[in-house]
Amino acid sequence: MTACQNLLTVRQLGMRFGGIQALSDVDFSIAAGSISALIGPNGAGKTTVFNCITGFYLPSTGSMELTLEGRSQDLGKLMSSGLFAGSHRIARIGIARTFQNIRLFREMTVLENLLVAQHHHLNHNLLAGFFRTRAYRTAEQAAIDNAISWLEVVSLRDCANRLAGTLPYGHQRRLEIARAMCTHPRLICLDEPAAGLNPHETEELAALIRQLRQDHAATVLLIEHDMGLVMAISDHIVVLDHGKVIAMGTAQAVASSPAVILAYLGVDESQNTKAAS
Amino acid sequence: MSALHPSFQIDSVSSPGKWRELLRDALFTFVLALIVFGPITGLQLKGLDFIANWQRPLWLASIVTLGRLLFLAALNTDWLKNRLQRSAIKRTQAATVQTAQEWKKWAAISAVAALVAFALPFVFLNNSYVMKSLLLAMIYVLLGLGLNIVVGLAGLLDLGFVAFYAVGAYFLALGAEHWGLGFWGALVLSPLLAATLGGLLGFTVLRTHGDYLAIVTLGFGEIIRLVLTNWLAVTGGPNGLPVPAPTFFGLEFSRLAKFGGTPFHEFMGWEYNTNMKFLFLYVVLFWVLALMIFWIYRLRIMPMGRAWEALREDEIACRSLGINPVVVKLSAFMMGAMTGGLAGVFFASYQGFVNPTSFTFFESALILAIVVLGGLGSIVGVIVAAFVLTLLPELLREFADFRILAFGILMVLMMIWRPRGLIRTRRPVFTVAES
Repeated sequence: MTACQNLLTVRQLGMRFGGIQALSDVDFSIAAGSISALIGPNGAGKTTVFNCITGFYLPSTGSMELTLEGRSQDLGKLMSSGLFAGSHRIARIGIARTFQNIRLFREMTVLENLLVAQHHHLNHNLLAGFFRTRAYRTAEQAAIDNAISWLEVVSLRDCANRLAGTLPYGHQRRLEIARAMCTHPRLICLDEPAAGLNPHETEELAALIRQLRQDHAATVLLIEHDMGLVMAISDHIVVLDHGKVIAMGTAQAVASSPAVILAYLGVDESQNTKAAS
Repeated sequence: MSALHPSFQIDSVSSPGKWRELLRDALFTFVLALIVFGPITGLQLKGLDFIANWQRPLWLASIVTLGRLLFLAALNTDWLKNRLQRSAIKRTQAATVQTAQEWKKWAAISAVAALVAFALPFVFLNNSYVMKSLLLAMIYVLLGLGLNIVVGLAGLLDLGFVAFYAVGAYFLALGAEHWGLGFWGALVLSPLLAATLGGLLGFTVLRTHGDYLAIVTLGFGEIIRLVLTNWLAVTGGPNGLPVPAPTFFGLEFSRLAKFGGTPFHEFMGWEYNTNMKFLFLYVVLFWVLALMIFWIYRLRIMPMGRAWEALREDEIACRSLGINPVVVKLSAFMMGAMTGGLAGVFFASYQGFVNPTSFTFFESALILAIVVLGGLGSIVGVIVAAFVLTLLPELLREFADFRILAFGILMVLMMIWRPRGLIRTRRPVFTVAES
């Protein structure tokens, strides 16, 4: 694993919604095989960055590049040019994501959720499906096997045939991660994966995220408010405030950065007057 | 539950509070019924004068009150309580996962139902009325299955489904007139034509969502109908076009051969029977339907069908998984249109002529009602609902004036009791070996 090689490079990213400048000049890069975290106070623009990277927003300025096997692809171009352009193409080149408010296919079974994620690895020929040809069945069985192996990773195997919407909250979070991983991503973006989890479940989540990197060669980027989790698992932290990057580096470096403390805790009155005078 | 039935909670009938409650409920019902029926039935218009007819609203209100009391009494029985509780549980859960045992039960029931469906027209061969009603019901089953793909599986509200039905029907009529197209040719070609048209429409409108899509499709349905009505030179306008009787290996199902062939009955050496044509259509439609049901059943466990349902559940999640929503919607739209076109061919042959009045918005609404009543996405539900909604009006001919009213009441009741339709969809089960 070459730590210095960047998987994702974000340059001068800017996003404007009408009169609101949500992001300006956001620059950061994510090393292949790392676990990176994007933190910041509420409204700092973390989810906006996420939505840009995963193709749900087209940034107003700047560029994002995904480098795979030495080949760079511009994400903005994939989203906007060509007849079949759209956010789904970002997922196809290897960026998967989960959502802050869980978005499972609630009325489909757990296993079906994972099969939908493997849509592109299946046999789409309608006639093959009608007659259940050998090739079709092989592809289908491979997808089911893959799905079951992922259910084992997130320990949901027993729930395979339950409806996704009926699972407990913590299980739904894990299922969403498994579903994102089923698309065979190189970069997986987790939007507040620990939100609503109890301390025990958060610990399990940390172990799962490490496992994603170690066993499945995934690079992880997460947004999280649980600082315990962020500090424990991330190699690299990017801190955003008011749409700008205010600090970057390892957990220790960020934790001791004055700019970060300022953003999170604010300045007390005496310091404020001192700065003004 | 308790919000719906305030008196549902009271258990013992003997307590005085209960009786007072009941009396108040009865009085309230009576007054309410009086207010509703009073102006409608109590005042008869004669010239410019009103004739007060005060007994009628009183009678009606009494009947309603009695009904309400009986209903409340029934609610207190254990049997209904259990049923209600069960349906309340069911209501919160939209779909169930099908077990192997259930599957066997369903397979047995469907086999019997299919046999009965196949045998029925042979029993009623000499009853033209029953025959036609059955055939029409089957056509609506096909239409329901088609719209079920679009609305039930892919979750796209299509209010102009009848357009594709019209396209299929007029294709046969115009094809027969200009290019000598027959029933079988149309059966193969009209689904293709309808699907192409569906694709063209879909490509332009599928970027719209929800209500907007409903409005656009509604507009499309009306455009097709208006074109058919006004393009006199080609479609014959409101006068419509004749459709030739279907043929079977060149044998015509008419009394006299119009196209120089031999009529079927002559070939077989039978007496001429008008119903022979309907029987023939019924048998062909039966097999088309069987194929269609099998096809949709397979589709639901195929990547395409799964993608449709995933799209219905959450479009954003679909995009995050690399599924192109436009392509998926388009495929559902085309598949639905194809089925609609197919049904149109049967309808045109059944009726023997086509004109635009058969393709009004009411038809679209009826087909949509079939899908909603049956349970979005459920194949069995759609079949049952299609029979209910097409045969019930036939059985209740005397109340024809109240048909739309009954229709509305049925829909309201459905929305209260079974908002997910008569039969809930069942999810396919995958065998997961024990670890």
